[in-house]
Amino acid sequence: MLEKMIFGRYIPGDSFIHRLDARAKLLFVFFFIMVVFIANNWITYGILLVFTFLIIKLSKIRLYFLINGLKPVVFLIIFTFLLHLFFTREGPIILDWKFIKIYEEGLKQGIFISIRFTVLVILTSILTLTTTPISITDALEILLNPLKKWKLPVHELALMMSISLRFIPTLMDETDKIMKAQMARGSDMTTGNMKERMNAIVPLLIPLFVSAFKRAEDLATAMEVRGYRGGEGRTRYRKLEWALRDTLTLLTLVVLAVILVYFRN
Amino acid sequence: MDISLQQVSYAYAKDTPFEKRALYDVDLLIPSGSYQAIIGHTGSGKSTVLQHLNALLKPTEGVICIGGTEVVAGKKNKKLREIRQKVGIVFQFPEHQLFDETVLKDIMFGPMNFGVPEEEARQRAIELVRLLGLPEEVMEKSPFDLSGGQMRRVAIAGVLAMNPEVLVLDEPTAGLDPRGRKEIMDLFYKLHIEKGLTTILVTHSMEDAARYADRIAIMHNGRCVLQGIPKEIFSDEDRLMDYRLELPQSIKFQKKLEEMMNKKLPSLCLTEEALAEELARLLKKEREI
Ligand SMILES: Nc1ncnc2c1ncn2[C@@H]1O[C@H](COP(=O)(O)OP(=O)(O)O)[C@@H](O)[C@H]1O
Ligand SMILES: [Mg+2]
Repeated sequence: MLEKMIFGRYIPGDSFIHRLDARAKLLFVFFFIMVVFIANNWITYGILLVFTFLIIKLSKIRLYFLINGLKPVVFLIIFTFLLHLFFTREGPIILDWKFIKIYEEGLKQGIFISIRFTVLVILTSILTLTTTPISITDALEILLNPLKKWKLPVHELALMMSISLRFIPTLMDETDKIMKAQMARGSDMTTGNMKERMNAIVPLLIPLFVSAFKRAEDLATAMEVRGYRGGEGRTRYRKLEWALRDTLTLLTLVVLAVILVYFRN
Repeated sequence: MDISLQQVSYAYAKDTPFEKRALYDVDLLIPSGSYQAIIGHTGSGKSTVLQHLNALLKPTEGVICIGGTEVVAGKKNKKLREIRQKVGIVFQFPEHQLFDETVLKDIMFGPMNFGVPEEEARQRAIELVRLLGLPEEVMEKSPFDLSGGQMRRVAIAGVLAMNPEVLVLDEPTAGLDPRGRKEIMDLFYKLHIEKGLTTILVTHSMEDAARYADRIAIMHNGRCVLQGIPKEIFSDEDRLMDYRLELPQSIKFQKKLEEMMNKKLPSLCLTEEALAEELARLLKKEREI
C-alpha cells in the first residue's frame, strides 16, 4: 500500500553517477544549488535544463520514474508559479480579464522559478536514488568533520541519521503489515470523516510505537554487546575513494558556472 | 462459502523499479467446509495468496471468487466489508496487532467494527478467553503485560470474535512451544468440525498438514505446482524434494521400517496414531501365525 513511495529511496545500478564518490555528489548538489541562482534569462535557464537532462541520461534512471517522484512537490511548484504569475507587476500586460491582470514579467518569473525548483528537486532525487544511504551518511560525516572543533557531535549525528535511514523501510513494511491486520479486523482507514479516520489511526500507531521501541532497545543492546563505544578511534569497513572522475565532475560545475555568467543579462 | 482463484497473478510495487512478481497464474478451488493446507518453501508466495482471500490484495491479473462475490483487478468492490467479516485472517505473528488498553477491549475491536453491539461483543470476548485457555484474570490486563504465548492467543481470539465463516491461518503456531502448538492446532480443528468453518492453513509443519488437512496445495516460486489429498501428496517423495519439502515424521518412519522388513504396510500413515495402530495390527498378525 505504501510501496509507491519512492522519495529518498535508492535504486541499485551501475551508471557513471552511481560510481561517483558520495562526497563528490554531495558537494556537487550543494554547489549546484548556488550555481542555479546565476541563471536569469531564457538562454541560461535553457542551459540548466539541458545540463540536468544530461545528468538524468548519465544516471540511467527512467525519466518516467523521476517524474513520478516529483509528484509530492508538484503542488509546491504550481503554488510558487501562481504566486509569481499574479503578484509580479512589471512589464507589459498580456492578459486583462475582470480583476485579473497578468504581466509579462510575472509569467516569465513564474516559469523561471518553476524550472529552478524542478531542476533542484530532480538533482537531489538523483543523489538519493543513486547513492546508498550509508554512503551519504559516511560522506556527510567526513565533510562535516572539521566542525568537531566547535563541539558539534558529528559522529553521533551521522550515526543517528544512518540508523533512521536504515529503519525507514522496516517501519514501512511494519506499517503495511499492521494496517492489513487491522483492516482484516474491519478497521477502515481510507473512508469516513476526519474524526473516524483519526480514530482508525490509533490501532495502527500503538503497535507501531511498541515495535519501534522494542527494536530500538534490541539495537542498543546488540551494539553494546559488540563493544560499541562512540566514534573515538573507530575505523571504517567501507572506505570512500576519491578518483579523478570525481574531481572532473566538480570541474564541470565550474564550467557550467562560467557559461552561465557569460550568457546571463 | 466456496473460494476460488482463477489464473491469479500478483506483482508487488507494480510499475516501479521495485516491482516484484509474487504469483503466477495460481488456480485454486477451496470448497465450502473443507480444510485446505498450503505448504511451500519460504518466499514461495503463500502469504501473498492468503491476503487475496479477503481482498487485502487485489490480483493484478485473474479473478477471485469469494462466496458469490468476484474480486477483479482494478475494480472497487462494494461488498468489501462483508467479505472481510466472513473471512477472518490470523496473520503471521498476530500479536503485533494488539493495541487496546485491555485484553477484552482488544478482542472486542473486530466485532464492534462490524457493528456488533458492545454487550454481545463483550460476551463473545469472555467466552473466547475461556475457550483459548487463558486465565480469567488476564481479561482486564493490558495485552502488553502478557507472555508471548498468551499474546498470541489473545490475537487469535480477536479474529475468532468476528464469527468468520472462513478462517485463514498464516503459520499460526510459529514460535510457540510444542504443547501450546498442539493445543492451538487442536482448537482450530475443533472449531472447523463443530462450526463447519472453511479452514485454510499455511504451515511449515508437514505433520500438521498431514494430520488436519483434507486437501493440500504446494506453492513453489509463486506457482501452485501440486494439489491433492494428503495421501497423494505424500506418496511422491521425489517430487516433494524438488520443492524442498519433506515427508511427515510418521511416513518417514514407515518408509524406513518397510525398507528394513522388506514389506509394505497396507496404507500410508499420516499421523503417529495411525502408524501405531498399523504396527499393532501387524504385530498381532505375526503373533497369530
Ligand atoms: N510487501 C512486499 N513487497 C515486495 N515484495 C514482497 C512483499 N511481500 C512479499 N514479497 C515477496 O513476494 C514473494 C512471496 O512472499 P510471501 O507470499 O510472503 O511468501 P511466503 O509466505 O510463502 O514465505 C517473496 O519473494 C517476497 O520477497
Ligand atoms: Mg509467509
